[in-house]
Amino acid sequence: MENMRQAIARRRRVDLIFHVLGAICTSVGIVTIALLLGFLIVKGANRISWEFFSSYPSRFPHKSGILPALVGSGLVMFVTSLLAIPIGIAAAIFLDEYAPRNWFSSLIELNITNLAGVPSIIYGLMALGVVVYWMGLGRSIAAAGITLALLILPIVITATREALRSIPREIREAAMAQGATRWQMVRHHLLPYSLSGIATGVIIALSRAIGETAPLITIGALSFIAFLPPAPIQSQPPFLSFEWLSSPFTVLPIQVFNWVSRPQPAFHEVAAAAAVVLIVFTLLLNSTAMILRKRARSRISW
Amino acid sequence: MNAALLAPKAILGIKEDRQELSAPAVIDTSLVHPIAQPTKAHVRHLDFWYGTHQILHDVSLEIKEHCVTALIGPSGCGKTTLLRCFNRMHDLYPGNCYGGEIILNPDGLNIVCPTTDPLEMRMRIGMVFQKPNPYPKSIFENVAFGLRLRGVKGSELRDRVEWALQSAALWEETKDRLNENALSLSGGQQQRLCIARALATLPEILLLDEPTSALDPIATARIEELIDELRGRLTIIIVTHNMAQAQRVADVTAFMYLGRLVEIGPTKQIFENAAQELTREYVQGRFG
Ligand SMILES: Nc1ncnc2c1ncn2[C@@H]1O[C@H](COP(=O)(O)OP(=O)(O)OP(=O)(O)O)[C@@H](O)[C@H]1O
Ligand SMILES: [Mg+2]
Repeated sequence: MENMRQAIARRRRVDLIFHVLGAICTSVGIVTIALLLGFLIVKGANRISWEFFSSYPSRFPHKSGILPALVGSGLVMFVTSLLAIPIGIAAAIFLDEYAPRNWFSSLIELNITNLAGVPSIIYGLMALGVVVYWMGLGRSIAAAGITLALLILPIVITATREALRSIPREIREAAMAQGATRWQMVRHHLLPYSLSGIATGVIIALSRAIGETAPLITIGALSFIAFLPPAPIQSQPPFLSFEWLSSPFTVLPIQVFNWVSRPQPAFHEVAAAAAVVLIVFTLLLNSTAMILRKRARSRISW
Repeated sequence: MNAALLAPKAILGIKEDRQELSAPAVIDTSLVHPIAQPTKAHVRHLDFWYGTHQILHDVSLEIKEHCVTALIGPSGCGKTTLLRCFNRMHDLYPGNCYGGEIILNPDGLNIVCPTTDPLEMRMRIGMVFQKPNPYPKSIFENVAFGLRLRGVKGSELRDRVEWALQSAALWEETKDRLNENALSLSGGQQQRLCIARALATLPEILLLDEPTSALDPIATARIEELIDELRGRLTIIIVTHNMAQAQRVADVTAFMYLGRLVEIGPTKQIFENAAQELTREYVQGRFG
């Protein structure tokens, strides 16, 4: 009897030790992010103002702003989403619902998994050769959008496939047994039921793309830019313009990098402020993803 | 309840050759001798392979029109496999292969012939699965999906959804909550919804694969009642492990063993006076 109590007490102690250890490990991550953000905010806070968002970079730190970087990031992300989301989802649907299971489809699957792990600079080198020179798109927003789309495509595909796979086979069979074609099953059942899962994956992929620097430097993003790309909407017919696609650009992380690498400490404050903006964007995206995922879990329980 | 099944043809837009489903129940079903009914589907020398693994061996049997045919047999004997041949569900997965034929009357089409369109078979033959599998959509949309696939719209769509829910004895419980998610229904209600979903499109044959095995006795009784009401208007094939259920609902019972058909006959005969020793042992619960 006494022995058993001792054994229980011993197991309790081990349990407690793990509890504490786990809590410490968890807090390492949270504390680091909090410290990082706090440090940046303290350093850059007094730079964040309306002017900061609406001015161009300048030789003078107090006049410098992130307008072109913000617009550049926005436009590049727009092109990236436009390419990566439909292509990624379509590819995932094809692989999961249409493609026959054979050595070829396994090979493609293996490649997609591997592509997700390729360092982003490699994408930059590939894009420099293929997109910038061979396709002749130059150092443009279009080239950057394509590069980042390729970079996040594996993430979108993998996330979509996971979302599709969480739908039980019985649901697919129910729809097919009623006489639906595969496309009708996908369109009326699989896509609606996996929408929040797919959206979560897409947002996480985009939050990765928004912070990417290396591949864009490789394809020749500018780091100092004092103009905006031509506006997509014009006052004269035909009203829509696609010239912005071929415009040079910069993006937020490159702007940060540029300011950090200057000797004057005042520029480091500007860099901190821009970094805060970037981190806030990323955190916003990730929390949206988290909320979506939670909502998906509570709404449908198979 | 029966009134629901007698919905006017005009509402249902039923073609002449399908009028049986809504026609008044003039047949006293207790008097229908299964053998006297015309044959709805004739299974002849059916073989089936999962890849290289043969599951069905030379199965031959007749499915009588407007009768309930029960498939019984020990676990793994191929009941589900046989049932899924009727609507070509095996075509969804690669490597499956049929041999022999299933002739569907009145047009004499061979269901398992490679040139027969599986989609057409699934439009004409409805199926209810072992585990209730409603779509995670509203109750209304669950029933409406099959109708929409067939181009039914507007007020006709609403009428036919109502008719199907009434036929599945679910209308009273759900008429005030048609827009609620079907997953909020109980297991038994979900299964009746699945039956309503299959009935809505007026199938020529209704396939039921152990429809009550996931349900409690009360929900089971409701479904058996429902099958009884559908008898005489619809051809039903039901797989069941429950001997009592087969005796309660089936006009004809077929006993399968190790992928072969051992015996088929009127239910009373199979359970009380089977020709084969194996059948007698099985229905008396001496193996299986
Ligand atoms: N997808 C498959 N691939 C290979 N073999 C299968 C597959 N599905 C079923 N089988 C095999 O086919 C045989 C018949 O299976 P089936 O599901 O038709 O049996 P059943 O009579 O419905 O059994 P139960 O009463 O347990 O549902 C079993 O031996 C099973 O192992
Ligand atoms: Mg089975």
